[in-house]
Amino acid sequence: MTAPPAIAVERLWVTYTHEGRRIDAVRDVSFAVAPGETFGLVGESGSGKSTVLKAIAGLVAPTAGGVRLAGRGMTAKRDRAERRRLQYVFQDPYGSLHPRHTVDRALREPLEIHGFADRDAAILAALAGVGLESRHRFRYPHQLSGGQRQRVAIARALILSPGVLLLDEPTSSLDVSVQAEILNLLTRVRSERALTTIFVSHDLAVVAHLCERVAIMRLGEIVETLPVEALRASGAATPYGRELIAASRGYVRHDEPLASADVSER
Amino acid sequence: MTDRPLLEVEGLDVTYPGRGGAVRAARGVSFALGRERLAIVGESGSGKSTTGRAILGLIPRPGVVRARRLAFDGINLGALSDAGWSRLRGRRLAMVMQDPKFALNPVLRVGAQIMQTYRLHWRTSRREAERRALEMLESVRIRDPETVFRLYPHQLSGGMGQRVMIAMMLVGEPDLLIADEPTSALDVTVQNQVLRVLDDLVAARGMGLIFITHNLTLVSSFCDRALVMYAGRVVEQCDARRLGEARHPYTQALIAAAPDLDHPRAVLRTVTRDPTWTT
Repeated sequence: MTAPPAIAVERLWVTYTHEGRRIDAVRDVSFAVAPGETFGLVGESGSGKSTVLKAIAGLVAPTAGGVRLAGRGMTAKRDRAERRRLQYVFQDPYGSLHPRHTVDRALREPLEIHGFADRDAAILAALAGVGLESRHRFRYPHQLSGGQRQRVAIARALILSPGVLLLDEPTSSLDVSVQAEILNLLTRVRSERALTTIFVSHDLAVVAHLCERVAIMRLGEIVETLPVEALRASGAATPYGRELIAASRGYVRHDEPLASADVSER
Repeated sequence: MTDRPLLEVEGLDVTYPGRGGAVRAARGVSFALGRERLAIVGESGSGKSTTGRAILGLIPRPGVVRARRLAFDGINLGALSDAGWSRLRGRRLAMVMQDPKFALNPVLRVGAQIMQTYRLHWRTSRREAERRALEMLESVRIRDPETVFRLYPHQLSGGMGQRVMIAMMLVGEPDLLIADEPTSALDVTVQNQVLRVLDDLVAARGMGLIFITHNLTLVSSFCDRALVMYAGRVVEQCDARRLGEARHPYTQALIAAAPDLDHPRAVLRTVTRDPTWTT
C-alpha cells in the first residue's frame, strides 16, 4: 500500500460574488502532490493559481470540493496542527512582514503560538538555514534588502518544520541575481527536509527550474498537467499550453530589423 | 539627408545630493542611437530608468544632470528652454511607462486624452483629431476603437491600457520613443501583442526606440542592440541577439543567473560582484 498524497485537491470550486455577478475563480480543480514532490501551478493573471494556493492554506473557503492533507480531509477552518504543517511564502515580503517587528519577533511569534521550546536556538538555526547571520536578527524589514526579506519570510515558514511549503511567486519582485540566490536556497532546503512544495508563478522558466510536474491554469481551470521535461520540450497537449510556452520563450520577430543602410538613406 | 545619429549621449552624469554624500545614479553614460531598437538592460538601481528620464529632461530637483553632449537630432537638450521642451516632448520625443494605471488621466475618457495630445501639437479641428485618435487606436490593434474611445482608463485591461498609452504617445508621430518596462506588468501572451504593435510601428515609421527592461529574454528576442548597465555605468554594448556571447563578466553572470527553459541546471549561478566593475 502506497502512502497517500501529501496534498490532494479534489474538485475544488471557489466562487466570489462581485457587484451581483458570480465569478468562478477556481472551477473544478483536482490534482494530487506526492510526498516530497515539487508541483508547479502556472498561468496568467486571473487564472486562479493563487486562489488554489490560498484554498489549500485555508485563507479562502472553497465553495465546493476540498483539500486533503496526507489523506485526511480538512474542514474550512484549519486547526493548529494543520496550520503548522502548511506554511506559506508570499510574493512581497514587504507586505507579509510586519514593518514594526524585528526579524527576531517575526520568527519568535510562530514558535510561541505553537508552543516550541528553545526559541533562541531555533531562531539562530533558522537564520543560519536561510543564509542570514545573527547580526540580522534584530533588524526591521526596512533595514534589509529585498532578497534578505524574502529569506526571513522563508525562515519563518520553515521554523515550524512544516511538511508542505506553499510558495506564491516568491521571486517575482526580485532582481535576476537575487532570484537565483533564493531559488538555490529553496532547492537546498527542499532536498534537506524532504518538503512537499507547491509553487505558483507566472514565470515558466522559474517553475521549470524548481518543479517536477506543472499544471497550466486558465480562467479558473487546469488546462493540462505535464511533466517538466515536456514543458521544456514545448510538448504541451493543448493549444493554450503551447501558446503560453511559446510566448514565454520571447518575442518572435516577423521581419528583418532596419539595416543601418536605412539610416543613412534618409 | 543626414548621417547624424538621432540621439547622441556623451558622458551623461545624473547626481542626487544626499546626506551621506551624492548618489551618482548615472555615470559617464555614452551612446548614439539611430533608427533602431536599443535595449537598456540592468537590475534595479543600475541607472537604466534614470538614463531614459534624463534624455527627456524629466530628472526632478534636486537631481543634477550633466553631459558633455546630449543632443536629439542635433538639438542640444542641455540648453533647451521650457518652451523648447514643450515643442519636443510628446511630439518628437515620447515616453511609455510601465503602468498605464498611473500614466493615464483617470477622469478623462481614452479618446479625449489622445485627442488632447494630438491637438497640443497639431493645429487641427476636433473632427480631424477624433479621426486620428480612432486611427491610432486601430493601429495599436484595438479591435473596437469606437467603443474604447469612449471608455475611462479603469475600464481597460492591463494590455489594453498599455496599448492606449502607446497610441497616445504615438499620435504625435515621434521620432524617438523611450519605453520604460512597457510590458513588465503584462501577461506574457499580452506582452507579445504589445511588442508586435511596437515592432510594426518602429518598422513602418522608422522610429528610434529605447527599450528599458530587466528582461533578458525580451532584449535578445526584440531588440537590435543592447547597453548593459551596472551601478550607473554602461559596462557593455553589444548586438542584442548575441547577448549570449557577451564579454563582460557582469553580463555573463546575469545571463547565467536566469533560469532557462532550454538549458536546465541544478544550481543557478549567482552574481559575484567585482568592485572593479564600478571604476
